[in-house]
Amino acid sequence: MSVNPATAPLLSADGMPLKKSLGRALRRQKIRALMLIAPLLLFVFVAFIMPIVSMLFRSVENDIVADTLPQTVLELQSWDAELGELPPEVVYAALASDIKIAAKARKHTKVGLRLNYEQSGVASLFKKTARKAKKWDGDADAPFKEKLIEVHKSWGEIEIWQTLKVHSSNYTSGYFLNAIDMRKTVSGPEFQPEEKQVLILLFKRTLVMSLIIMGTCILLGYPVAWLLANLPARQANLLMILVLLPFWTSLLVRTSAWKVMLQQQGVINDLLVQLGLVADSARLVMINNETGTIVAMTHILLPFMILPMYSVMQTIPPTYLRAAKSLGATNWTAFWRVYFPQTVPGIGAGSILVFILAIGYYITPEIVGGSKGVFISNRIAYSILKSLNWGLGAALASILLVAVLVLYWTYDKIVGIDNVKLGG
Amino acid sequence: MLTRKTILATAALSLVAGSAFAGGHMSNEMTIVSWGGAYSNSQLKAYHEPYSAITGVTILNDESSGTATAKLRAMNEANNITWDVVDVEAGPAMALCDEGLAMVIDPDTMLARAPNDVSAADDFGDTLVSECFIPQIVYSTTFGYRTDLVGSTPPTSVCDVFDTEAYPGKRSLFSYPINNMEWALLCDGVAKADIYDVLETSDGQDQAFAKLDTIKDHVIWVDAGSTTPQLLADGEVIMGATYNGRLFSLIEEKKQPVAMLWDGQVMDLDGWIIPAGLSPERQARALDYIMFATDTTRLADQSKYIPYGPARKSSAPLVGKHAELGIDMAPHMPTSPANLERAFLMNYSFWADYRDDFDAKFQAWLAK
Repeated sequence: MSVNPATAPLLSADGMPLKKSLGRALRRQKIRALMLIAPLLLFVFVAFIMPIVSMLFRSVENDIVADTLPQTVLELQSWDAELGELPPEVVYAALASDIKIAAKARKHTKVGLRLNYEQSGVASLFKKTARKAKKWDGDADAPFKEKLIEVHKSWGEIEIWQTLKVHSSNYTSGYFLNAIDMRKTVSGPEFQPEEKQVLILLFKRTLVMSLIIMGTCILLGYPVAWLLANLPARQANLLMILVLLPFWTSLLVRTSAWKVMLQQQGVINDLLVQLGLVADSARLVMINNETGTIVAMTHILLPFMILPMYSVMQTIPPTYLRAAKSLGATNWTAFWRVYFPQTVPGIGAGSILVFILAIGYYITPEIVGGSKGVFISNRIAYSILKSLNWGLGAALASILLVAVLVLYWTYDKIVGIDNVKLGG
Repeated sequence: MLTRKTILATAALSLVAGSAFAGGHMSNEMTIVSWGGAYSNSQLKAYHEPYSAITGVTILNDESSGTATAKLRAMNEANNITWDVVDVEAGPAMALCDEGLAMVIDPDTMLARAPNDVSAADDFGDTLVSECFIPQIVYSTTFGYRTDLVGSTPPTSVCDVFDTEAYPGKRSLFSYPINNMEWALLCDGVAKADIYDVLETSDGQDQAFAKLDTIKDHVIWVDAGSTTPQLLADGEVIMGATYNGRLFSLIEEKKQPVAMLWDGQVMDLDGWIIPAGLSPERQARALDYIMFATDTTRLADQSKYIPYGPARKSSAPLVGKHAELGIDMAPHMPTSPANLERAFLMNYSFWADYRDDFDAKFQAWLAK
């Protein structure tokens, strides 16, 4: 049988249609490429994405109350917390039984710690109650209402029951509310009492100070980057080493060095006093406050601003400036109208790097910030490391993450992320 | 082919690495977590070296005590506990016990009896503040002052810290509420015995903050125990609060013009816990170490290297001279009779309840 060469599919050497064969080869190539990066993908997923997601998830997770006190939570559902009346005997009986079971499994303290974040005193209330409840024997010891109130007068106050009811759901918005100086109550979210409001202030401070640090980095970094790009190679290399040298020095060493420089009995103050510019009794306070944080962090983050600026400036041909001048522009006009616009992508890249690094900085504000120069990250560290309130820490971290993403998005809308260059 | 080989090799490598991590605890090794610095050194000399010499167990030191509670919780959740014995303060130890992250210790069977055959429970006495915690030392947070910067009449009372007219200049305090709230009330005329009752009321808290307000502008707030000694040495502050051992080293080892103000010292405990959930073999070794390291002689030995009071009553008479400086250590202990008289006992259960609440208020107050 003869085959019409015009309509028959093209065949490869092994007799398969060429299209199919090509597709298979391409697929194989793709799979091979995927397999090559698979270890990295897997690593990033397991070591980076999963831990972050699981940590952030803690900001809404709250199954400990319902797990440890299941009967109480169930009975509390039919109790109206807003009426101002104590719950009925069945709730007390359920609690006595729950605490007895929890105490045997040594879980009562854990739920006590959880609720203590919401109402001070619950931790010891649960401990005290569990010690007594262990000895109670089912119905023989009823009624439990009087008994529990006898153990601790808090059980006769409506506040503890409201706290229990409000925080009994498996998922909670409570941590997020706490993170913005609010709290969950029976009648909806409310602001914390004024003497406890500090987190919003810290968020604002973190943003404002990061912007200031970014600004000072631009001001200080721009001339240095310009010199780097325009000096003869020998001098530029030397300057480059001077920029990179601090980069290779330990962060702690650099921060501590600023302490020596800035403190009241430090180098700068001593110099000013000797020169007679400042009276010995009126030495400047430059550390353990905002100034200390801004100075030290500007110094530490400066290379992150200079390097992207430098790599962009290097690509700008010097002939442009000369052309502008030969066409009659003044030095300033030539710089502002011709040179500067071409460096904006470098400033953008540097600014994003510095700002995002600054907003999450922790060690430097901790060391030189005193009480007025600390950031929200220092509170996150406290929640995670000291008070073990991981829910609150996760909520604060989530808000910080979202804030950074929103700012990044705004930047993209205003300046355009395509306009950012790290070099080339 | 090359690809497949690479993947196989990677997989094999990660398997080997994984099993190496899992089997990291060879039968003759244990990891002990402590604070580092002079404190870890005192434990090395008094406990680790003699224990290794007797048993042949290699002790690895991990200086993570500052973040131990959070790390233990993370290890527990990951089900991979790499620590055998952990040195923590009493407060965090109680929290770890409440969280179920530390194992319960029975003093009668798991701790050594005193030489005079008093039971361990009686010998430790009040210092057994939690069922998971085996105390080692009593330390205190107290003030040191620059002898050359406080004028002709050196301070004698903790309330001189609040007297900015008689003692002008900066002071350093820890930037958290514990101790500061107590000192403020004490110096505002509240009797020692009533302080925690007053502090529970919102009027009492206002009173404490009002007292702290009077010196707020004269204070450098610090986070770490090492900061105040540095500030004192530099003359940045005229007086400051830190741990008594840090001040001892500043005065006796570094010979700085600083003196101790024992008045109003707040005593606290530091000791061991064993993480819950160790394999039986590792748990047995940890218990063996604890039995050895917390007996009467070892606890007294530690005080040769650092001026913290041994937690056992029976160790007190054995406290001798400093191993290198040769000075008598007894008067430098927070527990020496003269110093004890002026001490203040921290109320652990109060702070377990109120720490987070007060901390939020304290930070808000600081930020204002």
